[in-house]
Amino acid sequence: MPMRPSKEWVAIKMAERGGRGSGGHGSLDKSITLPPDEIFRNLENAKRFAIDIGGSLTKLAYYSTVQHKVARVRSFDHSGKDIEHEPLYEISVQEEITARLHFIKFENTYIETCLDFIKDHLVNTETKVIKATGGGAYKFKDLIEKKLGLKVDKEDVMTCLIKGCNFVLKNIPHEVFAYQKDSDTEFRFQTNHPNIFPYLLVNIGSGVSIVKVETEDKFEWIGGSSIGGGTFWGLGALLTKTKKFDELLQLASKGQHTNVDMLVKDVYGGAYQTLGLSGNLIASSFGKSTTADKEFSKEDMAKSLLHMISNDIGQLACLYAKLHNLDKIYFGGFFIRGHPVTMRTITYSINFFSKGEVQALFLRHEGYLGAIGAFLKGAEQDNPNQYSWGENYAGSSGLMSTSPDVFPMQRTRSGTFDMFEMDRLERPLVNLPLLKDPSTYIPDTVDLTDDAMARKYWLTCFEEALDGVAKRAAASQPDSIDASERAEKFRQKYWNKLQTLRQQPFAYGTLTVRSLLDTREHCLNEFNFPDPYSKVKQKENGIALKCFQSVIESLDSLGWEERQFALVKGLLAGNVFDWGAKAVSDVLESEPQFGFEEAKSKLQERPWLEDSYSQWLERLKEGPPHKCALIFADNSGIDIILGVFPFVRELLSRGTEVILACNSGPALNDVTYSESLIVTERIAAMDPVIHRLDKGLAVLVRERETDLVIIEGMGRAIHTNYYAALKCESLKLAVIKNSWLADRLGGKIFSVIFKYEVPCK
Amino acid sequence: CWAALCRRTGGRSSRPRVPGDAVPLALRDETKADDVIFPWFGLDIGGTLVKLVYFEPKDITAEEEEEEVENLKSIRKYLTSNVAYGSTGIRDVHLELKDLTLCGRKGNLHFIRFPTHDMPAFIQMGSEKHFSSLHTTLCATGGGAYKFEQDFRTMGDLQLCKLDELDCLIKGVLYIDSVGFNGRSECYYFENPTDAERCQKLPFNLENPYPLLLVNIGSGVSILAVYSKENYKRVTGTSLGGGTFFGLCCLLTGCSTFEEALEMASHGDSTKVDKLVRDIYGGDYERFGLPGWAVASSFGNMMSKEKRESVSKEDLARATLVTITNNIGSIARMCALNENINRVVFVGNFLRINTISMRLLAYALDYWSKGQLKALFLEHEGYFGAVGALLELLGSA
Repeated sequence: MPMRPSKEWVAIKMAERGGRGSGGHGSLDKSITLPPDEIFRNLENAKRFAIDIGGSLTKLAYYSTVQHKVARVRSFDHSGKDIEHEPLYEISVQEEITARLHFIKFENTYIETCLDFIKDHLVNTETKVIKATGGGAYKFKDLIEKKLGLKVDKEDVMTCLIKGCNFVLKNIPHEVFAYQKDSDTEFRFQTNHPNIFPYLLVNIGSGVSIVKVETEDKFEWIGGSSIGGGTFWGLGALLTKTKKFDELLQLASKGQHTNVDMLVKDVYGGAYQTLGLSGNLIASSFGKSTTADKEFSKEDMAKSLLHMISNDIGQLACLYAKLHNLDKIYFGGFFIRGHPVTMRTITYSINFFSKGEVQALFLRHEGYLGAIGAFLKGAEQDNPNQYSWGENYAGSSGLMSTSPDVFPMQRTRSGTFDMFEMDRLERPLVNLPLLKDPSTYIPDTVDLTDDAMARKYWLTCFEEALDGVAKRAAASQPDSIDASERAEKFRQKYWNKLQTLRQQPFAYGTLTVRSLLDTREHCLNEFNFPDPYSKVKQKENGIALKCFQSVIESLDSLGWEERQFALVKGLLAGNVFDWGAKAVSDVLESEPQFGFEEAKSKLQERPWLEDSYSQWLERLKEGPPHKCALIFADNSGIDIILGVFPFVRELLSRGTEVILACNSGPALNDVTYSESLIVTERIAAMDPVIHRLDKGLAVLVRERETDLVIIEGMGRAIHTNYYAALKCESLKLAVIKNSWLADRLGGKIFSVIFKYEVPCK
Repeated sequence: CWAALCRRTGGRSSRPRVPGDAVPLALRDETKADDVIFPWFGLDIGGTLVKLVYFEPKDITAEEEEEEVENLKSIRKYLTSNVAYGSTGIRDVHLELKDLTLCGRKGNLHFIRFPTHDMPAFIQMGSEKHFSSLHTTLCATGGGAYKFEQDFRTMGDLQLCKLDELDCLIKGVLYIDSVGFNGRSECYYFENPTDAERCQKLPFNLENPYPLLLVNIGSGVSILAVYSKENYKRVTGTSLGGGTFFGLCCLLTGCSTFEEALEMASHGDSTKVDKLVRDIYGGDYERFGLPGWAVASSFGNMMSKEKRESVSKEDLARATLVTITNNIGSIARMCALNENINRVVFVGNFLRINTISMRLLAYALDYWSKGQLKALFLEHEGYFGAVGALLELLGSA
């Protein structure tokens, strides 16, 4: 049996965890507590500091730039040269600078150490002020000013909170979740509505603030309650002699409130039937403790207190929501933060008092809102709100990474740092204008947080493929001395992410095949492997281009109807070439000459698993040519060159304009925008039918009145978008190159999906 | 007498559970109220307290006196000649309604209460006094009417007539307000509730009562929107009520009676226990228009060990009272706004001898609604359910 260093390493790590729980000697902690330079990353370029100091946690925010490598392709000048033996284009790795937001959360006890570290590593001297918010900002003002030599500029707590809230709602697709107690997925993530306003923010700190947010800048305190987290903590400490908030919650989760509370059935002997009030409802909180001579357990009292406070807050929130006619209520504040116990009771209360009409919603980055808001206040001149930002999965710890409920052992651990990083995206992201209903568009077909079987399968799948990916990453940079060292680091990091996701599938929002792929890209980028497949793609593009002419010639020799079928088959066969699917990469690695024709022969015979080819053919035959087709291309090499381009060519000759959409950055062997430019250029040189490609997709799609969308490949047409409804005709095609998935969909490996859809008028 | 029970009106709730099969149908519409045989009781068995109203006929003719069976007479004498019964029963003499005419009979209405946990003893007493031989009906409301029904039957050989508590409550409120409090007004309010010096209790004329929000604060709290005698709905309720105040006080201070808890509260200072807006912001929180004196976090100061050690039991009792009261005020205010009602009537035994809470409610409603909402109170605080039950017995007055 081959050595699996990765798994052994994890086994050691697990053993350490167990050891700490039972004995806990100091040396083991080192394996968990990250060195500060892995926490406060990229400090050398940091600027625009902000700090949010709460009752027990400090959140630090800063803006920084990250220099990382990107793979660039550049066309050779082929004029007059023999291009037979030259590669198609040159690949170079260049440095690129992108903006990144860093947010770090740690316990207040570390504040001094952290400030010292920052001071020592802060190179940027432009920074003069630090924005500060939170109740503790005042208390630590002098310390911060002394340590950092920065002027502390205080910002209003609630303004920061709401600014931060708007920011995450706009930028993080799976920010919002509902809590479900008795389901396999405790956390049910919501798709963000394009319009986030208006909403109600119920912040449960020591007291409760209820704020109505109407626009980016318009919000109003509409009410509150003095019965909040401070009441739970203060009253709880008096009743149980337990000092810490977390310990009180632990007590509460073990208690029986029915020993302390007077229930409806205690008064009625059963349910209050005329009002339909269940016998188990609480008639009077602490109604059974109206006696001096009975002892009550700490656990029971804590539980009763928790119910009392959660129910009360839920009731008031519902009353305010009703009065202001709002149905989105987000809960935050230290009472909620990462505590399933309180999320459960609040959810119950909201559901009860709204009779199921309102759902309690929570935010994945709730703890960071104040820091994000304070940061935004300080960074107004950089206009961060102008850009789209995306969560960097490699640099972010994920939801509840430090929660005692998930890792009970970690409570003994003192130094817990939680990180959240966001990258500025190259361009603002918008919805495809052709989506039928952007607000209900859920790209991902299977929610792996929800589907335990599929989750296990895919996590294992990504684990098994990991060694190969790491190997390929190292091989993609043969000239780099430390490539294999970095590849190993990448392997470890991604392996750890996968283990985290096994335990907490909800750590980064809804877990999907797409998010697993994204996480892998983020981890690869982190260790400077911008495009491990660049060489493979280069080679494949070269091989495929050589065959283009002959493929076109053989297509042109066919009659019209035969040709249409050959084009679709070509498109599908081209899609068999996908390094992402293990079955194919096995064949490709062992038989590099695996040809286009062979791929065609592997395809399922008609009728396909999903087969609306006849309708498509009918449409081409009877209908007028489409005005403009938008094609989302998948893989480089044979797929784009021998599959997609002949199809594009046919559309163009029918008088249909074509927009070819490719990834802006690398993902596996997907064809990137810059590669596609070179490929197109070369094809255009050979074939006068194909002219050019366009950018500015959303604008273009509108301008050209796109009336056909073609989506190809497993990733784009099956893992995502399979159920996406569009305003215009669409064609979703893919070959299922994964036997598990094929099995699940009721087919065999290399089954064909050909889904032609016409929107109903 | 059973027939009278069936002439019940009002409320959307189901009809009382009357053993109807035993009633000769022919009697139903012919029976007059004065056919209802004595004694006349109305019983409200709550989670903490049992409220009993007893109508003592003062126009008993010599003939009637002669006919009055011995144990009926002894009940009458026992109830009217004592102000305390056993160790826990109490007659609220100051609430007695004199010279009341009820169903053609003149008499006094007595208000008696005892703890619910003494209910078995009460039933036992009824059994010993052969109450069942009087062939009277015991009309009862409150949760205990259901809970103790079986005990009444087995221990006391008594069939309870169970009545809906909200129906009874509203009937009782409307009736008592209409007859007045021995020539005085039943309903009152606090003028200048925000000014400790000038604050005074003044009568309020509730002649045209609808719509009103009725907040009944017993062990728990029920909030009803009343649009007419027959048309009302329960808007919501909260489990943070009188039972919570008393229960928490017992745990925090070791007190053992409601009176003791209130007494302690009257000598305490809640601002030592609660975190106020000014404790956090140094003054008003202007961004949100919050005054510095407002409570930001009830018991918020108790998060600190030093402060926990420096507060007195009285402070804790006061903070508990203020917390529960403010919360009820807040929920009532939100309900009033949602239902578009501006008169809020607070009843229930939580308010008994509890001026602190009443003034706080009056103040809170006035302040947070900017004078739009008015808090009203009734002298017979917790007895309306029992009165309603008595009225049901008499077939609606």
